[in-house]
Amino acid sequence: MEQIYLDHTSNTPLLPEVREAMAPYLHGEFANPSSLHRGGRKNAKALEEAREKTASLIGARGEEIIFTSCGTEANNFAMKGLAAAHEKKGRHIVVSSIEHFSILHAARRLERQGYRVTRVPVDQAGWVDPQKVREAIAPDTVLISIMHANGEVGTLQSIREIAQVAQEHGILFHTDAVSSCGTIPTNVSELGVAALTLTANQFYGPVGAAALYVRKGTKMLPFFDGGGQEEGRRSGTENLPAIVGMGKAAELALSHMEERTTSLLKLRNRLMEGLISVEEVYLNGHPTQRLPGHVSISVAHVESEPLLLSLDMEGISVASGSACNSKAMKSSHVLQAMGVPELLARGTVVLTLGIGNREEEISVVLDIFPKVVERLRKLNRTPIPQEVRSVR
Amino acid sequence: MSYSQKVLDHFNHPRNIGSFEKNEKNVGTGIVGAPECGDVMKLQIKVENDVIVDARFKTFGCGSAIASSSLATEWMKGRTINEAFQIKNTEIVKELSLPPVKIHCSVLAEDAIKAAVEDYRKKKVAGV
Repeated sequence: MEQIYLDHTSNTPLLPEVREAMAPYLHGEFANPSSLHRGGRKNAKALEEAREKTASLIGARGEEIIFTSCGTEANNFAMKGLAAAHEKKGRHIVVSSIEHFSILHAARRLERQGYRVTRVPVDQAGWVDPQKVREAIAPDTVLISIMHANGEVGTLQSIREIAQVAQEHGILFHTDAVSSCGTIPTNVSELGVAALTLTANQFYGPVGAAALYVRKGTKMLPFFDGGGQEEGRRSGTENLPAIVGMGKAAELALSHMEERTTSLLKLRNRLMEGLISVEEVYLNGHPTQRLPGHVSISVAHVESEPLLLSLDMEGISVASGSACNSKAMKSSHVLQAMGVPELLARGTVVLTLGIGNREEEISVVLDIFPKVVERLRKLNRTPIPQEVRSVR
Repeated sequence: MSYSQKVLDHFNHPRNIGSFEKNEKNVGTGIVGAPECGDVMKLQIKVENDVIVDARFKTFGCGSAIASSSLATEWMKGRTINEAFQIKNTEIVKELSLPPVKIHCSVLAEDAIKAAVEDYRKKKVAGV
């Protein structure tokens, strides 16, 4: 059975062109780009070409790109590196309550080191009101970090408006564009951000290459101390095969963005409408201001784990919006922040399309989904009755 | 985390789903919940001469909670109520090869069995 892959927010498949671009650096061209001999010089050139291509995707200059190993690293780097470099100005940071954990937990770490952190709430659609960001600003605010798009619910944020607020107050603004960059236009000058995180595995590049854009002239403390790679800001031998792959994937993402978006939207709208037409299935996130391939739904009277498992058995790979893998089961912090009722949040699944998905696959999903939901609802004892006895 | 074949089998083909009329005198009902994860399990038994002749369940929870309750109904059928009362969660863990993070599902099933038997006993004493 062919698997229908609808989990592109977790990882995208490597494009054949990207794999081909990487191949020489996995076999043969192994020299360290820092080496001065000819192999090293050749690979240093490949590294810089990849940097230029990556920079082009976001309308930046090559020198403004710092390669990292993953989005989490870039987000940590942005939070800690920027905060530390501007410590003298103040120790207050503003984030939203629905950021990725690599931002939220980095913020918590900074809090333990004496920083103050304000977490701006979101509305029911998972949208951050720029006005709320303005209200959160204090005289000692040094950094604002609000994501471009949320990977769990797909909602797009008003980055330009938030950037304006930041600029008015002379505050650095970072955006985590992991879920959006490579899928929708993400131009740093248009957005007006001072720093931005992107990762290759979200746009059909390899795992192991990501980048932090930092506007030229922005003070930043190095994340890794060492041999001085990446202009001394992120030492460590470069993962050249992955970085070359990132460059190629960025080039393809930029040149094919429009056609990719058009076909994603067509599939997405059909999938979304079909799913929410099932009784008591609700869409999470903004109905229109959302990522083109993204659908997040909450299915009443069903747990997401058995739903995911059942769909998987039918050959459909989706992601769960909550995880019951321990005694302490918590629904997603994003859904909680949006005020989705706990019971409903527990039945959340996320379906994210990619450029390889086809119309026929949507038909299969829309055929199977209602049957699976019906079967699981029959199994379920709902609603949870008052007379439930507590166990131990 | 991966599930054993037995969990998947119960999950795919759950045994004895459904319910009995709660007020019938030969029916015992146990409803239990795990406050820490929100799972809810309803187990019912039909008893004749202290022997469980039939069982039903409905569960709101993850795959292993469903499998644990499905297995519980299978095991209870044909046993006396005293024998059923002796079923331990560890036996369920062993049979289904539940991973450590899912052991609380088997605890829930054991408690549901005990609650159903107790409910039946109470009815019998009251002579309803």
